[in-house]
Amino acid sequence: MAANKIPRHEMPCQDSKVRAHNFEEVALGYTQEMAVEEAKRCLQCKKPLCRTGCPVEVLIPDFVKQIAEENFEEAARILKVKNSLPAVCGRVCPQESQCESKCILGIKGESVAIGRLERFAADFGMKSKAAQIEKVEPSGKRVAIIGAGPAGLACAGDLAKAGHAVTVFEALHVAGGVLMYGIPQFRLPKDIVQTEIDTLKKMGVEILTNQVVGKVTSVDELMENGYDAVFIGTGAGLPYFMNIPGENLNGVYSANEFLTRTNLMKGYKFPDYATPVKVGKNVAVLGAGNVAMDSARTALRLGAENVYIIYRRSRDEMPARKEELEHAEEEGIQFRLLTNPVSIEGDERSWVKSLTCLRYELGEPDASGRRSPVPIPGSEFEIEMDTVVVAIGQGPNPLVTTSTPGLELNKRGNIVADPETLMTSKPGVFAGGDIVTGAATVILAMGAGKKAAAGIDAYLKTK
Amino acid sequence: MYRIVKKRLLAQGIALLEVEAAAVAAKVEPGQFVIVRVDEVGERIPLTVMDFNREKGTITIVVQDVGYSSAIITQMNEGDEFQDFVGPLGVASEIEKYGTVVCIGGGLGIAPIHPIARGLKDAGNHVISVLGSRSADLLILEDEMRAVSNEVVIATNDGSAGVKGFVTDGLAKVLSDGHKVDAIWAIGPMIMMKAVVEYTRPLGLKTIVSMNPIMVDGTGMCGACRVSVGNETKFACVDGPEFDGHLVDFDLAMKRLAFYKDEENRAKARLECHHEGGHH
Ligand SMILES: Cc1cc2nc3c(=O)[nH]c(=O)nc-3n(C[C@H](O)[C@H](O)[C@H](O)COP(=O)(O)OP(=O)(O)OC[C@H]3O[C@@H](n4cnc5c(N)ncnc54)[C@H](O)[C@@H]3O)c2cc1C
Ligand SMILES: Cc1cc2nc3c(=O)[nH]c(=O)nc-3n(C[C@H](O)[C@H](O)[C@H](O)COP(=O)(O)OP(=O)(O)OC[C@H]3O[C@@H](n4cnc5c(N)ncnc54)[C@H](O)[C@@H]3O)c2cc1C
Ligand code: SF4
Ligand code: SF4
Ligand code: FES
Ligand SMILES: [Mg+2]
Repeated sequence: MAANKIPRHEMPCQDSKVRAHNFEEVALGYTQEMAVEEAKRCLQCKKPLCRTGCPVEVLIPDFVKQIAEENFEEAARILKVKNSLPAVCGRVCPQESQCESKCILGIKGESVAIGRLERFAADFGMKSKAAQIEKVEPSGKRVAIIGAGPAGLACAGDLAKAGHAVTVFEALHVAGGVLMYGIPQFRLPKDIVQTEIDTLKKMGVEILTNQVVGKVTSVDELMENGYDAVFIGTGAGLPYFMNIPGENLNGVYSANEFLTRTNLMKGYKFPDYATPVKVGKNVAVLGAGNVAMDSARTALRLGAENVYIIYRRSRDEMPARKEELEHAEEEGIQFRLLTNPVSIEGDERSWVKSLTCLRYELGEPDASGRRSPVPIPGSEFEIEMDTVVVAIGQGPNPLVTTSTPGLELNKRGNIVADPETLMTSKPGVFAGGDIVTGAATVILAMGAGKKAAAGIDAYLKTK
Repeated sequence: MYRIVKKRLLAQGIALLEVEAAAVAAKVEPGQFVIVRVDEVGERIPLTVMDFNREKGTITIVVQDVGYSSAIITQMNEGDEFQDFVGPLGVASEIEKYGTVVCIGGGLGIAPIHPIARGLKDAGNHVISVLGSRSADLLILEDEMRAVSNEVVIATNDGSAGVKGFVTDGLAKVLSDGHKVDAIWAIGPMIMMKAVVEYTRPLGLKTIVSMNPIMVDGTGMCGACRVSVGNETKFACVDGPEFDGHLVDFDLAMKRLAFYKDEENRAKARLECHHEGGHH
């Protein structure tokens, strides 16, 4: 059979009825046979379009070829050339709008399952003996990194490889950023993230947790205290609320709080872990991105009976990864589209009792060509609700930016950085990831961290 | 790890702990707080800084046993270590020269008011501290407060020390003594802070309160700590914890403290069962 006639291999998953009640990983990963078969579908294009869809231009045909030839360790090594966190990206990249959207096979049929293959090879690489850490000549330069999310970690890794002494300052008690506190265990097991962090430590990267920069120290102080450059990768951690009546009632969470209690603090194991998290019978999640899907599926696993995604636009506009939408649907999450919350009502004890929404319809296409939703007058309706999770987006946390005079910000509060070097308006201070772009993706943050590392390396050579 | 170098029981269920945390001690200012975690399975517990020693690199906290985690913390001993200890968090008190300032501490609230009173006195204010508790044996840190105040007024609910009544009665005494008061700090249980604020509102006396909502990260990331101030939602961990008391919606804040009552009771019951049965 010609390669392009073989159907794409499905991902084995935990049964949807079972997994809706546990926190184990949903997708189980390809077996070796599946991976090899899937890899053989790749045409090994001379001009691989897939690579143009990947923000860090992973050497896709090269690593896929190694899988097809059963050189799994070599596949893992090739992945790492461009991607510091392949086991993470293989799981959480929105492949359908990135690499896989450009794959030539996707034009007429189904694209190569690049993400799944990436996950397979990366997991293989992790399980086989730990990657050899090469000794590098110390440069004598010190770099401080603020924030241990994908941007900061990727930057730290590349700088360490270049011989610089790197210290990461992380506000929380664990490193990993959103990978640890936001994305749930059932989608991204925490030991995978921890393994990546441990590798960095073995490379000599110093990671200091419990360090809130802007409070315990500042960017200027770090520069005064002997750091030759600083990278700011503090992410988009400030939760937005809708500013509708009733948002401060008991039972209303920001997605960040809900997910942090569950993932970072392991509230799903309460009382073995001391941090509580609670859901009632009926849970509304406001929003339809990855954060919303994660919240909805977490609520289900915590024991909710009905979980609703409430979203103002229609299905096509939902920003979540396709796979997460499908998984959420299979698990029984209920979608209330073209519906927008207008208020939350409480009982006499100030607990959420119901949610009032307005129905919308799609109007004329706007300037961007998208049909924008318009409210239907008089269409208010009330749904009984015990818990509401607000997942409509996050902005930049101002702790670092407001404590750093001379740092140029845009009007949304994001740091302005040179697109090539990622240097900010302050010489020697670089920034990347969600704090620059606004809430985006793991791969973009990681790519920014690597780009900044190159920028920092070049800058340090001029000093 | 963050080691406890000194422990003192101040009253039944109230412990003072001096903890090694040099980086925090180097930067902390009055009004700020820390978040601690006892161990790998522990909650993140916010506690106001009662004292700090920049030379020794220590932070002193005062903890009252009110539930699962605080029970564990009050039972920790010298030599024990916290797994995590992060700070300083929150905005520091606005210490400046106001003139005459009344520092009201109710119950455990005397601990956080301590560094504020000292700061205000050092800034040249005439500091009158009003300390309240249910009874004389529950009154904490009286000597320490006398050392950082120009005058001290005590109020106990049962009259076993000082004026009989509430801190508002202590405040009434200060005012009736003819002091012209320029600012007031009031820290204690929400219900006490609310009473003080209602008392000073008609008098037009600037009153700062320190809010203690439920917190998780303490960095502005989760929004658990939101309080309504002047009809605007603020995050107490980064915008506060101190606010103009006349603008705070205390009723909402008190209701929000009950968010996890059921779970907290479960955790506490489990702890007690551990103690009695010694099994898990
Ligand atoms: C629930 C959720 C699900 C997501 N799902 C996906 C997905 O499926 N696929 C995808 O590609 N992307 C997803 N994203 C987005 C992705 O996680 C982010 O774009 C990415 O993590 C950004 O990386 P970063 O390094 O810029 O910031 P972050 O991951 O936010 O890390 C920033 C770090 O900086 C620390 N920090 C902040 N302030 C300070 C300070 N003052 N001092 C010290 N440290 C500080 C924070 O504690 C944090 O650890 C999701 C995001 C969320 C919240
Ligand atoms: C800024 C700030 C400063 C504080 N300073 C002090 C202090 O100096 N000394 C002191 O003894 N206490 C202080 N507290 C209160 C202290 O954090 C709580 O008493 C403690 O978290 C209770 O935990 P628990 O597990 O023992 O009790 P639980 O049984 O879990 O809770 C008892 C009650 O404490 C409150 N509470 C529970 N969890 C939290 C949490 N994560 N954050 C805040 N409140 C919570 C709730 O109202 C709850 O009903 C402060 C709180 C804040 C926000
Ligand atoms: S990093 Fe993401 S976008 Fe790039 S190849 Fe891997 S899965 Fe595709
Ligand atoms: S575009 Fe598709 S078929 Fe071509 S090299 Fe990339 S993955 Fe293989
Ligand atoms: S405690 Fe999380 S935002 Fe204040
Ligand atoms: Mg507790």
